[in-house]
Amino acid sequence: MTTSEWPLWEVFVRSRRGLSHTHAGSLHAPDAELALRNARDLYTRRGEGVSIWVVPSAAITASSPDEKDPFFEPAADKPYRHPTFYEIPEGVKHL
Amino acid sequence: MATAAHRIARTREEDSPADEAALAAAYEAAFDAAVAADERIEPRDWMPDAYRATLVRQIAQHAHSEIIGMQPEANWITRAPSLRRKAILMAKVQDEAGHGLYLYSAAETLGTSRDELLDKLHSGRQKYSSIFNYPTLTWADVGAIGWLVDGAAITNQVPLCRCSYGPYARAMVRICKEESFHQRQGYELLQALSRGTPEQHEMAQDAVNRWWWPSLMMFGPPDDQSQHSAQSMTWKIKRHSNDELRQRFVDICVPQAESLGLTLPDPDLRWNEERGHYDFGEIDWTEFREVLKGNGPCNEQRITQRRAAHDEGTWVREAAAAYAEKHTAKDITKDRSKDITKDGAKDGETTA
Ligand SMILES: [Fe+2]
Ligand SMILES: [Fe+2]
Repeated sequence: MTTSEWPLWEVFVRSRRGLSHTHAGSLHAPDAELALRNARDLYTRRGEGVSIWVVPSAAITASSPDEKDPFFEPAADKPYRHPTFYEIPEGVKHL
Repeated sequence: MATAAHRIARTREEDSPADEAALAAAYEAAFDAAVAADERIEPRDWMPDAYRATLVRQIAQHAHSEIIGMQPEANWITRAPSLRRKAILMAKVQDEAGHGLYLYSAAETLGTSRDELLDKLHSGRQKYSSIFNYPTLTWADVGAIGWLVDGAAITNQVPLCRCSYGPYARAMVRICKEESFHQRQGYELLQALSRGTPEQHEMAQDAVNRWWWPSLMMFGPPDDQSQHSAQSMTWKIKRHSNDELRQRFVDICVPQAESLGLTLPDPDLRWNEERGHYDFGEIDWTEFREVLKGNGPCNEQRITQRRAAHDEGTWVREAAAAYAEKHTAKDITKDRSKDITKDGAKDGETTA
């Protein structure tokens, strides 16, 4: 049997309860169980996490950097989605 | 930035070969603008081939240094003088393995594979830091490495946290956080020896004498002889010149050595009021080049041991892969049998 490279996994760590999982980095592992164990050893040696997700890198669909401006354009010309767009008379409170 | 990217998108739709040069220029302009604006370049962004190659070379060399660097220190794990020191040293060596892994991952985002990187290390086509080709002769060397070698590495690495390539910069942030423990445990170890018996003090001094000059060489050749420096500065891979960082390190170390009660082995070392820095003696660059060429005291041993570790781990990698394959196969069969029962039931319904 040849040892072709183990698949790549992306690691997400929840640093403490109440926060969402954040991307920490990636690693190679033969399966999900070992990916989790390796992730623990690699990314939480100093209590950096209370929960870990591992996701096969191949399972991620990403937007293309080439299209990043047109792709996000629909949001760019809608300043009225921000509260600062609106003029409120001085002195009005709790708004 | 936005206009360049728009132009790229538009040119692409037209897809005419005549526009290819314009397209390349637009990509390049977008890259240059991002670097100039101190934005980060991310893996799927367009980048010049030479930028990619420079990063692969530098990150790979850095990753290799982390894992080869485990050897000289691991040499003392079984002989650490106390359980406390042993636990500390194991944690440090384990950290260095982690640093290697962060960096290999960063290099892989540039399109090389882990196998390829290891292969190049094993066959000598990629280098690691020369410092690890020196032997660790006494326990005090563990202290000198932590203080001076990790110290020099930190001086080099802190500016790399702002490197223009995102994955490398992020790996460096993680590494720098962990390095400060490495330096402090070394300093504390040397302090204990320096304040111990005369023999222990002597041992600490001897270690510093041997590690001082090689640590200064870690910053690379002088600026006027450094091949890659200028381009790396333009690309913001590097933020400071070799000599600048070396000077910074010397200035930091002198008072630290004084506090340790140890001397640095350089008769020319003295404060220069005018420059506001310490002057220091000439570095023996012939020695540096010899070690780089493979003629250091431990080059042979380090690479042999690395290859052996890799070869001896083959059965583990194979076993884990076989186990994973077996279980994936089983899962698929399970899923398929579920489908079959479902289909069977459906068939049953239609035929009924
Ligand atoms: Fe390290
Ligand atoms: Fe270190």
